[in-house]
Amino acid sequence: MNNLLKVRNLNVTLEGEKVIENLSFQVKQGEILTILGPNGSGKSVLLRTLLGFLPYQGKIVWQKKPKIGYLPQGLTQLKVKDYPLTVMDFFALKNPSPEHKEIVKFLHLVGLGEEVLRKVTGSLSGGQFQRLLIAWVLISHPKVIFFDEPTAGVDIGGGETIYSLLHTIWKEEKLTIILVTHDLSVVYKYSDNVLCLTRKGHLCFGPPKDILNQKMLEKIYGTEIKVYEHHI
Amino acid sequence: MMNIISSQLFLTLVSAIFITAITGYLGTLMLSKKMSIVADPLSHLTLPGAALAIIYGYSLFLGVFPFVILGTILIWLVEKRTKLPMENVAAIIFAIAVSSALLILPIDKAEEILIGNITNISTLETLITIILSLIVFFVIQKIYLKMMLINVYEDLAVIEGVNISLYNLLYLLSIAIVLGLGVYLVGGFITAALIAIPAASAKNLSKNLFSYKLLSIVFGVISAVAGIFLARLIHLPTGPMVIAASVILFSISVIFQRKTF
Repeated sequence: MNNLLKVRNLNVTLEGEKVIENLSFQVKQGEILTILGPNGSGKSVLLRTLLGFLPYQGKIVWQKKPKIGYLPQGLTQLKVKDYPLTVMDFFALKNPSPEHKEIVKFLHLVGLGEEVLRKVTGSLSGGQFQRLLIAWVLISHPKVIFFDEPTAGVDIGGGETIYSLLHTIWKEEKLTIILVTHDLSVVYKYSDNVLCLTRKGHLCFGPPKDILNQKMLEKIYGTEIKVYEHHI
Repeated sequence: MMNIISSQLFLTLVSAIFITAITGYLGTLMLSKKMSIVADPLSHLTLPGAALAIIYGYSLFLGVFPFVILGTILIWLVEKRTKLPMENVAAIIFAIAVSSALLILPIDKAEEILIGNITNISTLETLITIILSLIVFFVIQKIYLKMMLINVYEDLAVIEGVNISLYNLLYLLSIAIVLGLGVYLVGGFITAALIAIPAASAKNLSKNLFSYKLLSIVFGVISAVAGIFLARLIHLPTGPMVIAASVILFSISVIFQRKTF
C-alpha cells in the first residue's frame, strides 16, 4: 500500500508553547491510525494541523490531496441547540447541498430512519446526533476522515456501536481514518497503527499489538493502567 | 390607494415594510451568530454621519451610509488582524462613533437621530430604500446557508470550502446597509431592536429554518405597519411605536413558545 500522508519533523507552537515537537509518522492508504494520549498532549492540535488550520514547521506531505471529511471534537448538540435547524436543514448547510435521496441513503447507512429528517437537530439524543454527523461527513464521499473523539458525549454502550459502525463503513468505502480516542479497546480492535502522544512529546508509533504494552501505557498516561486486550 | 391614505403615509409604509422585512431576515442570521448584541454598537456608527447630515441639511442617506460602511470595513480589518472578538472591536468603534457624534451634534437637533425620520421620507429615499433592501436580500439569500454553517462550527465551513473571510465581509456589509436603513425607521440608538426582536419571536415559534426566516420577516412587517398606525392614532413618535409593537408580538410568542428548545 502507498503512503498517503508523510509527516516529518513536525513542530507546532501555540502562544509560545511547543505543543508538538519533532513528530514523524506516515499513514498508508486504507489504514486506521489512532492517536492516543492524555488530555493536553496535543491530539486535537495535531489533527487540526494536519487539516491545515494551524501554522507549523516541518513537512506534511500528502501523496495526492484527497477529499477530506472531519468530525470535530467540540461539535455537540449544544452547538446546534440555538438554531431551529431540522436534520434536513442541517444537510442543506453542506456545500453543495445534497439531494433528498442521497440524504435518506446515508441516514440509513448510519442506522437512522427517514423520520428524523423533520426533527430538530437539537432534540436528537447524543447517539443519534453522532450518527447524523457521521452521515453528514460521509455524504460528500471523502477518502480520508479525521475523527476527533467521535464518541464523546455518547452514553456508555452507544460508543461501541459508533465504532463498529465506523469500522463497517471503513471497509465498505475503502476509507483512510485518522482517529483521536481515549478508548483503548477500540485501539486494539480496529487500529492498524497507533501514535502515542504525551505532554512531554511523542512516545511511540506502530501497530498496537507490538507497542502498546502495560509499560508503555503507564508512560503515556502516567498512572497504573490495566490492559484489556480485545480479540476479534 | 392614494385616495385612502396620503402619499407621505404611503411612502412611510412602503419604506418601513421593506426596512423591517430586511432587518427581520438578517436578524435570523445575527441572532444565531449571537451578533444581535453587536448590532447595537454597529448601528451607532451611523451617528456621526447622521449628525453631519443634520448640521449641513442634506439627506440622512448621504451622511449615514459612508460612515456605517467604512466603519464596518474597519471592524472587519481590525478583527482579521487582531483576532479580537467581534464584540470588543465593535465596542471600541462604538465609543469613537458616539463620542464624535455628541461632540458635533447640536442637542436640540438630535431628535431625528434618536427616533428616526420615517414619516418625512422622500420619494427618492423610499426608492433607494427599496433598491438597497432588495440587493441586501439577494446577498443574504446567497450567503445564508454558508453563514449558518460558519455559525454552527467554523472549521466545518473551512472543510466545506467556504471562504470565511469573504463571507464575513459580505455579511458585515449587509449588516451595515441594513443598519443604515434602520436609522430611518427607529433612529440610531435602538436599531438593534429591529434586528433582535422579530428573530427572537420567530425562533420561539419555529420548528425549521424556513418558518424561522419567514416568521421573522412577517413579524417585522406587522410591527412596522401596526407601529405606524398606532403612532398616528395616539400622536406618539413612529420609531419607538414600531419597537413597542414588536415587543408585544414577542410577548405573544413567549406564551406560545415551542417546548423543543
